[in-house]
Amino acid sequence: MGFEVLLKGTNFIRLLQGLWVALRISLISVGISIVLGIILGTLMSLKKPVITAVSRVYLEIVRIMPQMVLLFIVFFGFSKAMGLNLPAEASAIIVFSFWGTAEMGDLVRGCLISIPVIQYESSYALGMSKTDTFIHVIIPQIIRRLIPLSINLITRMIKTTSLVMMIGIVEVLKVGQQIIEANRKSSPHAAFGVFATVFLLYFLACWPISRLSKYLEKRWS
Amino acid sequence: MSTEKEILKVEHIYKKFEDLSVLEDISLTVHEGEIIVIVGPSGCGKSTFLRCLNGLEETSEGHIFLDGEAVNPLSKNITAIRQKIGMVFQSYDLFPHKTILENVIMAPVLVQKRKKDEVKAEALKLLERVGLSSKINNFPRQLSGGQKQRVAIVRALIMHPEVLLFDEVTAALDPEMVREVLDVMLDLAKQKRTMLIVTHEMAFARAVADRVIFLDGGHIVEDSDPKQFFDSPRTERARKFLSTFEFEEK
Amino acid sequence: MDTEVLRSYLPLFREALILTVRIGWFGIALAFAIGIITSALLHFKVPVLSAVAKVYIELFRNTPLLVQLFFIYYGLPVLGFQVSAEWCGIAGLGLLGGSYMAETIRSGLDAVPLSQTESALALGMNKRQLFGSIVLPQAFSTSVPALVANVIFLLKETSMFSAISLMDLMFTAKDLIGLYYDTTEALFLLVIFYVIMLLPVSIAGSFIEKKARFRIFG
Repeated sequence: MGFEVLLKGTNFIRLLQGLWVALRISLISVGISIVLGIILGTLMSLKKPVITAVSRVYLEIVRIMPQMVLLFIVFFGFSKAMGLNLPAEASAIIVFSFWGTAEMGDLVRGCLISIPVIQYESSYALGMSKTDTFIHVIIPQIIRRLIPLSINLITRMIKTTSLVMMIGIVEVLKVGQQIIEANRKSSPHAAFGVFATVFLLYFLACWPISRLSKYLEKRWS
Repeated sequence: MSTEKEILKVEHIYKKFEDLSVLEDISLTVHEGEIIVIVGPSGCGKSTFLRCLNGLEETSEGHIFLDGEAVNPLSKNITAIRQKIGMVFQSYDLFPHKTILENVIMAPVLVQKRKKDEVKAEALKLLERVGLSSKINNFPRQLSGGQKQRVAIVRALIMHPEVLLFDEVTAALDPEMVREVLDVMLDLAKQKRTMLIVTHEMAFARAVADRVIFLDGGHIVEDSDPKQFFDSPRTERARKFLSTFEFEEK
Repeated sequence: MDTEVLRSYLPLFREALILTVRIGWFGIALAFAIGIITSALLHFKVPVLSAVAKVYIELFRNTPLLVQLFFIYYGLPVLGFQVSAEWCGIAGLGLLGGSYMAETIRSGLDAVPLSQTESALALGMNKRQLFGSIVLPQAFSTSVPALVANVIFLLKETSMFSAISLMDLMFTAKDLIGLYYDTTEALFLLVIFYVIMLLPVSIAGSFIEKKARFRIFG
């Protein structure tokens, strides 16, 4: 079935290293997205016309443009238009952060506006100041809603990073292809074993995280 | 009264939810045209009793017969039996994705396979009778609670049921809307419909009932005519229950 | 930007758009079918099959389409399942989308109040009438925003088809960049064609969302 090829030499280790490349890119991008997303979401919740208009366009671009298109624009387009040669990994991080910030910003905005006015009013009625209200009443509620959603963003980010192989980054799929190529003669069935393993590796990377996200969402809702 | 035909016969039913016993040894015979009002403190099992009658709940023991046919939620003919028992719920439960007219004609057309034109004509007549002919193309969300409940009654009526069950149909309504729903039910009473009504509206119960059944702790504690029940209840429990509806003046 | 180049590329992109849309909508139709069946299995807690449905959903929701396509296109032929790239794309999109649709529709089904079921039963409806006329339509209405999001997500995911050598928009752009280095023109057309494909869906989606919400909730 072609699984045996993974036991040869360092093949399996190489596959794991490839997976780590994808994971590293997604974790960095998620980190950036969360920070920028919180800022964006807060700005959007202020309902200033200019911010609203600009962020609307931004969100719509992200909503309808495939990440792969954005990746091509940054990787091929920017290098040509501005003459700066962006490394593939930096391009990927820029694109995924651009996408993640929009997603995160929308989530933050949704959370902020979903806190009922009565929550503010009842803590003012108890004599709390605006800052106290924010720190003790509003932020804890937002964090509880936001954490499961941010964790969910990590799995989506990991799944999306699989496409960085299309701009030449050697991640798990690419390593898989290389292994299959190198062993074409000795293991003609390697394609099944290798891609099944890659499938499983991604599943093992994402599944626990999405379980955690679901668990927290249930527990805190 | 008892010379009329027997429609519904309940024989020694019990209902248990796991360890909790909700109904214990309830027996009751309902005759054609009879109006039975069931009262009792909340949690006494009166809603569960109604739900057993059309098989929404399975009884733990005992038998229920409609026109001599056993009511059993697991049997194949339960849908046929349910068509003969109309039920109106506290929360109206109109179908939110259908207009008022569609809500009313849906079951006769879909379930009873009646002709759409004929059903529609009847629906319009019934809706007019409850004062809602102007609302036929509206959606449930556009109606007030009292209006929705009147539609729910029409939705049950158009199936031509032999028995009508009302489960606290005014309990969720604002006070000013209670009357409009009760008036519809009074109208049905005048038509000599067979009805079982669970309600907390004591004045209405007294006016409409042929028999009042007082349920408490899963038992039938009293089964008497309304005058007797409201003026001189036989049991201490009934007296205590009725006193919760009265206020002493300052 | 060279308008001459743009004009000469236009027919290629038009071809690619037609292919992308065709495979995309077939895949999405398949996704809806799989989603409805799977969510019904879960909702009615059908023994054995609902467990299978759960495993399927978790597997496909937690892996990238690109990996699924590679597995189906390059891996499965080893076992003797050889399919054309086009069918592979439809199957991949349908399986991925099915797992998303199933989750969405199921949460819609679970959100329909029990009292709706009971009042339909009280009117003498059987299970099939109950599901088809009362529960499913309401589940669809409440999950319209999520369903629209799924459709847009799946249409975007069609960009992965290029990896299994389907001549879709992405493939065409990549090919042209590789062959002639007219990067700006190729990328420009790529963006324009994705806008043509997705903006109407996005706008129609927001419109349907508003309408569906209005119908039920006012």
